[in-house]
Amino acid sequence: MIEVKDIVKTFGDNEVLKGISAKFEPGKNNLIIGGSGSGKTTLLKCIVGLHEPTKGEVLFGGENFTEMNFEQRVPIRTHIGMLFQNSALFDSMTVEENIMFPLNLFTKQTIEEKRERANFCLKRVNLEGKNALYPAELSGGMKKRVGIARAISMQPKYLFVDEPNSGLDPKTSILIDDLINELTEEYQMTTVVVTHDMNSVMGIGDHIIFLHNGQKWWEGTNHEIAHTDNKELNDFVFASKFMQAAKTKL
Amino acid sequence: MVYHIVSFTEMRQCNLNVWPLLTNASTLLLKRCIFSRILNLSMFHSLGRYILLLRLSFRRPEKFKVYWAEVMREMVSVGIGSLGIISIISVFIGAATTIQVAFQLSSPLVPRSIAGSIARDSTILEFSPTISSLVLAGRVGSSIASQIGTMRVTEQIDALEIMGVNAPGYLIAPKIIAGMTMVPLLVIASIFLGITGGWIACVVSGDVSPADYLVGVREGFDGLTVRVALVKAIVFGFIIASICAYQGFYTSGGALEVGQSSTRGVVYSCVMILFADLVITRIML
Repeated sequence: MIEVKDIVKTFGDNEVLKGISAKFEPGKNNLIIGGSGSGKTTLLKCIVGLHEPTKGEVLFGGENFTEMNFEQRVPIRTHIGMLFQNSALFDSMTVEENIMFPLNLFTKQTIEEKRERANFCLKRVNLEGKNALYPAELSGGMKKRVGIARAISMQPKYLFVDEPNSGLDPKTSILIDDLINELTEEYQMTTVVVTHDMNSVMGIGDHIIFLHNGQKWWEGTNHEIAHTDNKELNDFVFASKFMQAAKTKL
Repeated sequence: MVYHIVSFTEMRQCNLNVWPLLTNASTLLLKRCIFSRILNLSMFHSLGRYILLLRLSFRRPEKFKVYWAEVMREMVSVGIGSLGIISIISVFIGAATTIQVAFQLSSPLVPRSIAGSIARDSTILEFSPTISSLVLAGRVGSSIASQIGTMRVTEQIDALEIMGVNAPGYLIAPKIIAGMTMVPLLVIASIFLGITGGWIACVVSGDVSPADYLVGVREGFDGLTVRVALVKAIVFGFIIASICAYQGFYTSGGALEVGQSSTRGVVYSCVMILFADLVITRIML
């Protein structure tokens, strides 16, 4: 389980996160949603240690990640997988090398074992046989799936996903969401997804946190979100006429 | 606290003779002029960040084998990749130097072979290490800065850090090692090719006979010049790789900023190469 306690993050005079506390449980898709500039990605980066919080704590399985130095964080980091908004695949490496990269650095597996694991991960994301391709030769959806394959190569306990649906068509978006959902259940990972895609919210949102102006404004499930009377959340979720029409039918 | 960096024009506008008569605002401006020139804090901030980055770069690697493969890859990129351009400039500079020296030594009292000696020492001490390094700063340095800068803006460096990889160690240390080993080898090749270029110029132009040139090249050779050239090459290799990697590593923004980092890396490397050239020459000769 991941726990964040009273996270504050400031950039100069700009307070982006204003004391956010939350718990993210294993086996669940924990979604962080909110409008642009609400602090979603900053919160995610504070949790994974890419930003140091100005105040507050992040606990991974009860261990205080915020207080650890680089070396102390490494054992926890090997249990973290992350899919970035732009996939962040290493351009100079093939798909297979990308997936094998963390295995090369942090395991003592033989080359055959690593290749077998890479093939398994590629099969899991329906990209069998694409081992020798370079990221530049892949479509946006394929890059995301390779990103997921790389993220799960070390069998992580924690999966972080930043805007998994950005730049993807609706069908591919649903495929990626389903894949994240399946993997979370299969490996019982603590999955944290930052998104503003309402299909994802409604489809896989087991636990949703809505951020507004750097504060936790609402918390609940995808079933509860449809019936909330929180004005800011309603304005965000049911912004389009299509969603407003859908709400009346709920 | 933010310190204002003022231009030289503003400095000149401040008149020290009328110091007591200056208004409070002018006094403040003058103090800021002096303070910001003497203690340019942003420069110290950058220097501190550069040193810290170098320290992180040489932290114990997670797996030596993976890092070694990266060092080999960088060596091929820096060394083999730059051999063509270094060969071309060395031959032409060697040839041009010989022709110019021959032109200036037109007195019948000066032996023609002296052209070979001067071309040899100029090539070994200055042209091969310094000009080659300036060219390498453009070719290798810009590539390092833009490669690391692109990795930064496309979150590839974040991906490394999330995995628990020491990103400066994995990305920067192999480039510095490759720079410090391959630039001296390129400089040695450049010396041979430069002297050969001089000989070709003698054959083609006939300003100095090739035999006289070769006599001059062999005459009064001092091994110290080669040692100076190698020390320069090692230092210049370090400067190119580390400064350009630093500029790339702290890129933020997008494609425009990657280009700016690359330009800054090349410019700062060139300035530091020329400064280090002067210091090493003064110390060793």
